[in-house]
Amino acid sequence: MTHAGLIRLALILGALALLEWACRYGFVSREAVIPPTVMLQGAWRALASEETRGEILWTLQNVALSLVLSLIVGSAAGLLLHKATRLRRALDPLLASYYAVPTFVFYPLFIVLFGLNRWPLIAIGFLFAVVAVIINTLDGLARIPRAFVRTAAVMRLTPAQYAVHIILPAAAPWLFTGAKFAVAYSFIGVIAGEFVVSGAGMGHAIAFAYNSFDNRMMYGLIVLLFAIVGSINMLFWSFERRLYARAGR
Amino acid sequence: MPAQDAEPLVAAERIERRDHARSLDTALLIVGLIALWQAGAFILGKDALPSPVATVSKLAAIMGDEDFPRHAWETARAFFTALAISLAAGLVIGLALGAHRLAGEVTEPILAALYAIPKITLYPVILLLFGLGISAKIAFGVIHGIIPVILFTMNAVRNIRAVYLRSARAMRLTLAQTAGTIIIPAALPEIVSGFRIGFALTLLGTLIGEMFASQRGIGYMLVKAMETGDTATVMSLALLLVVLATAASAALLALDRRLRRHAIAA
Repeated sequence: MTHAGLIRLALILGALALLEWACRYGFVSREAVIPPTVMLQGAWRALASEETRGEILWTLQNVALSLVLSLIVGSAAGLLLHKATRLRRALDPLLASYYAVPTFVFYPLFIVLFGLNRWPLIAIGFLFAVVAVIINTLDGLARIPRAFVRTAAVMRLTPAQYAVHIILPAAAPWLFTGAKFAVAYSFIGVIAGEFVVSGAGMGHAIAFAYNSFDNRMMYGLIVLLFAIVGSINMLFWSFERRLYARAGR
Repeated sequence: MPAQDAEPLVAAERIERRDHARSLDTALLIVGLIALWQAGAFILGKDALPSPVATVSKLAAIMGDEDFPRHAWETARAFFTALAISLAAGLVIGLALGAHRLAGEVTEPILAALYAIPKITLYPVILLLFGLGISAKIAFGVIHGIIPVILFTMNAVRNIRAVYLRSARAMRLTLAQTAGTIIIPAALPEIVSGFRIGFALTLLGTLIGEMFASQRGIGYMLVKAMETGDTATVMSLALLLVVLATAASAALLALDRRLRRHAIAA
């Protein structure tokens, strides 16, 4: 482990120990925050209950669907917009201010469109994630060196060969950034939807535990959620590192 | 083409004309989106998706209501307080972490992880810590907005050319002088980009906070309308937020572009 990594680990463990100590000795109200060890017990309890496992699975399925849809639609839209220069330029200011719009206000509209099931949640996650994928695909495509494009033309690559040998390697950093944002935004969109109106899923379970003063379950679920999001991010991060190391960047 | 470089006025005029054509295209696109909305309203029926005209007139009715200024003022107060805290604290923390290499390396993955988690799940924790009311909303806005400001400022400071910092040392500038005359001007375009994202997320955070932790404000009006299935009110408040947020973001984007052009020219 690197020097910075060791300090980081020590910092996190230190903060957790401080929180544990502050909670145990009553510096923080037990009604507000519970000690980290008790949170872990809560997480274990949540995992042991079949009902909660079902809620977690439901949320993960929604996030996965939203992620897959946003990656496919986002990169396809990015490719098309890259070709349609005039449309892309006209769309630019709208894309740049897109994230200032609180997307979840359209949740009631999606309930009317799709009915009371998982699709309104997926639609919110998708809307949140897809624009990040489009923006990063466009950025990546714009930064493919002209020499690569010309070389590909000289070698008469087919579109499929062009995609695999030119676009993917040259635009990889941006495509990765887009994918990472898509993961984060799919989670945020789906969980926010579950909080606001849904009757199922992790977001609902956390809100329910809060409303019934079940702090252990609430913090346990939050810890589980953060652990899931964190490990997915770490996976992406290490995969990206290895890819760049191989490409010699 | 060198001939155009020799006459900068012509080039400036060309850029202006191009920008003009672009704004026209964007306006056309917005008209197209409104037409699409109208078509959607026609297909889905006015109870599911009120038409643009109905939404605007409903919005006018809401804004004319005597309760509205109170709600709007509450949201504005919470949002601007949260924004001031996010930008000021984010800038200071970002500058410090950018200047100190090891501190930046240690904290960056932690901040990136915090940025990616759905912070809405923290709302019970914020409520338990701050209680119901304006401080919970402000806290919610700040936890959403501050992290992108820190991350962007930190990267901006790291990317400052080393020769600038060496000159500062050669001239024996104090820390405050270095920050004011070297670091902030050199990193300004990226800092403004961070502010733009910070602005958007602080608004999002404040509104989410209001939806759960308040009896007043635009977010509260929204959640009440959502619960009663009042799509006309939801759509008109959504329209209000979309217009305000897009306008503010466009203004910041224009500032961002100007600073970048300026930086390239310098």
